[in-house]
Amino acid sequence: MSDAPILRVEGLEARVAEDHLGILNGVDLDIGPGEIHAIMGPNGSGKSTLAKVVAGHPGYEVTTGTVQFLGDDLLELEADERSQAGVFLAFQYPVEIPGVSIANFLRTAVQAHMPEGEELDIFDYSDMLTERMKMLDMDVAFAERHVNDGFSGGEKKRNEILQMAMLKPKLAVMDETDSGLDIDALKVVAAGVNKLVEEDPEMSVLLITHYQRLLDYIKPDFVHVMVDGRIVQSGGPEVALELEASGYSSYEEASAAANDAR
Amino acid sequence: MPQNETIKDLGLDEYKYDFVTDAEPVYRTQKGLSEEVVRQISAHKEEPEWMLDLRLKALEIYESKPMPKWGGDLAGLEEVLDEIYFYVRPQDRMQHSWDDVPEEIKDTFEKLGIPEAERKILAGVGAQYESEMVYHSLREEWEKQGVIFDSIEDGLKNHPELFREHFGTIIPTQDNKFSAMNSAVWSGGSFVYIPKGVSLDTPLQAYFRVNQERMGQFERTLIIVDEGAQAHYIEGCTAPVYSTESFHSGVIEIIVKKNARFRYTTIQNWSNNMYNLVTQRAIVEEGGHMEWLDGNLGSKLTMKYPSCYLMGEGAHGEILSIAYSGDGQHQDTGGKVVHAAPHTTSSIVSKSISKGHGRSTYRGLCKVHKGAHHARSNVECDALLINDTSRTDTYPYIEIEENDASVGHEASVSKIGEEQLFYLTSRGIAEDEAMAMIVRGFIEPIAKELPLEYAVELNRLIELEMEGSVG
Repeated sequence: MSDAPILRVEGLEARVAEDHLGILNGVDLDIGPGEIHAIMGPNGSGKSTLAKVVAGHPGYEVTTGTVQFLGDDLLELEADERSQAGVFLAFQYPVEIPGVSIANFLRTAVQAHMPEGEELDIFDYSDMLTERMKMLDMDVAFAERHVNDGFSGGEKKRNEILQMAMLKPKLAVMDETDSGLDIDALKVVAAGVNKLVEEDPEMSVLLITHYQRLLDYIKPDFVHVMVDGRIVQSGGPEVALELEASGYSSYEEASAAANDAR
Repeated sequence: MPQNETIKDLGLDEYKYDFVTDAEPVYRTQKGLSEEVVRQISAHKEEPEWMLDLRLKALEIYESKPMPKWGGDLAGLEEVLDEIYFYVRPQDRMQHSWDDVPEEIKDTFEKLGIPEAERKILAGVGAQYESEMVYHSLREEWEKQGVIFDSIEDGLKNHPELFREHFGTIIPTQDNKFSAMNSAVWSGGSFVYIPKGVSLDTPLQAYFRVNQERMGQFERTLIIVDEGAQAHYIEGCTAPVYSTESFHSGVIEIIVKKNARFRYTTIQNWSNNMYNLVTQRAIVEEGGHMEWLDGNLGSKLTMKYPSCYLMGEGAHGEILSIAYSGDGQHQDTGGKVVHAAPHTTSSIVSKSISKGHGRSTYRGLCKVHKGAHHARSNVECDALLINDTSRTDTYPYIEIEENDASVGHEASVSKIGEEQLFYLTSRGIAEDEAMAMIVRGFIEPIAKELPLEYAVELNRLIELEMEGSVG
């Protein structure tokens, strides 16, 4: 694509803040507007860490490299500011917030996304929430439940998509959205994402996944393979199909050999 | 966030009730506690002989009992008690119209929003200032139905038989050191009687204000809810912040008769120089239903364990409590349920939040007597720690003498986790708002039981306390 990228990651290295364990070892990635990228990789390859680092998780330290979002230095921003700028992370393990209703939580979040000094109209908000839930085929009573508290795996993931639908990000990073879902739940969640993509063709999506099956329902434009904290191969959707057939072992062996040589 | 800014604009990041009114008391006893002081209190109240005798006997019992060695740190208390005034009379007589309450005192309650709440949501209001009720009123419709809502002194004067029949029967003088002290020097508090079958649809409220430095407040409340009656009573407490310690020790006695329902709500927000040692107990007869809703936000040390004695078949007791402990505060609270009849049920839900160097203790007892078959009880205590420096302890006591009883206990301690905060901030919510949101969610099971106005106030207080707690 000729457009300037929405997200540009260059030479990114990051480690766990607590024990300094290095996880990302030089990631380069460009995502243009409206593009759907998938990063695939074995467990422990660093793909979820990349998602968290982009979203601003305080548990990781960036040691070198840059992340630009719409031309600005994303690493300068706190997690809430990144969200306000248009980054959204759909969590692999959405967190329970007992006692806080989804409606209340989302109202605070939507308010936080409004320009300084502007007050969210409660009726507008209520209409918007109803409309979004309808679009995602969700029962409006769902909004009265406490955030992720006692939810099934499928409900948790649908709640992530609802949040995404309400916050209308420019970049949605979806961290293993398929994990823990049966095929029916996966279809429902994927349908929601596709609706949002259709609604806003400028929205970019970064799918993080271990398995090919998610990509049967959300079609990526680009697929990257991540091993040992680096992207070792990039290409079109065919990369995912090759992986499905041959597995990660050839990449892992190659990466180990490269590490030995270093 | 506009919401937060509004709060900051109001300049409320300090204790909002820290203001002193310049009202001269009409009388006060000398400092400290003595037989002389007890006699003066009784004389000022023009009490019958039996009450003076009861007070003097209580003083002896108080002096004979040692300071409790458990609970909070009471080491400095004796010194404090020597320096405080046990009885301060704010005005000559109690009023039934705000217009007659002295201007300075009325101002205080205006600032606390009491007359406004009275107009909006209450069936009746009592306001205590220092040692005595300065104002008491009850809506006419309830008065006509025979409801009594008066100061405890007027209860003794105007309803001597009903008063004497019940006073001190639920919490005997010798129950503990502080119930003995209260029995010796009690002053102020409410006397409430809800006649058979009458059901109040809005709450009664009593508001307790300590204004003067080195003040001891000893309210005594007696509530009788007759068969099939229903009511809700709310008490609120505040005081200015002084460098010296103050002392509050109340005794609340409640009788819930056959098939009656009663709820007693406390929102205690004393200043952080207050020792708050309170004994609250309800006797619940057959088919009766008693609920304590206990919010402890202020004070230096609170020791308070509302209790339900389930004496009749099918009686139900419930204690919902929430405690907040900030720097320099210790909330030693919990609840007590005693099952003394078959098919009685009870539940204790206790939640505490500790911040900074604050400390919260849950201390509870569930006792099932022999013969209380099919008794069921459930105890749940959850503690939330905001910082690494805050502390929580749990002391649940369970005594079961009946084989056919079911008692459950669950306890949890949680810290506001990095993952919870990240989840909320990753949705654009600022970190301090995220923190407040988690805390509000934590207390939601209790806040939702409060009348809306109080729930909003509770949430607002928590929000203020949480400001600047990040990092």
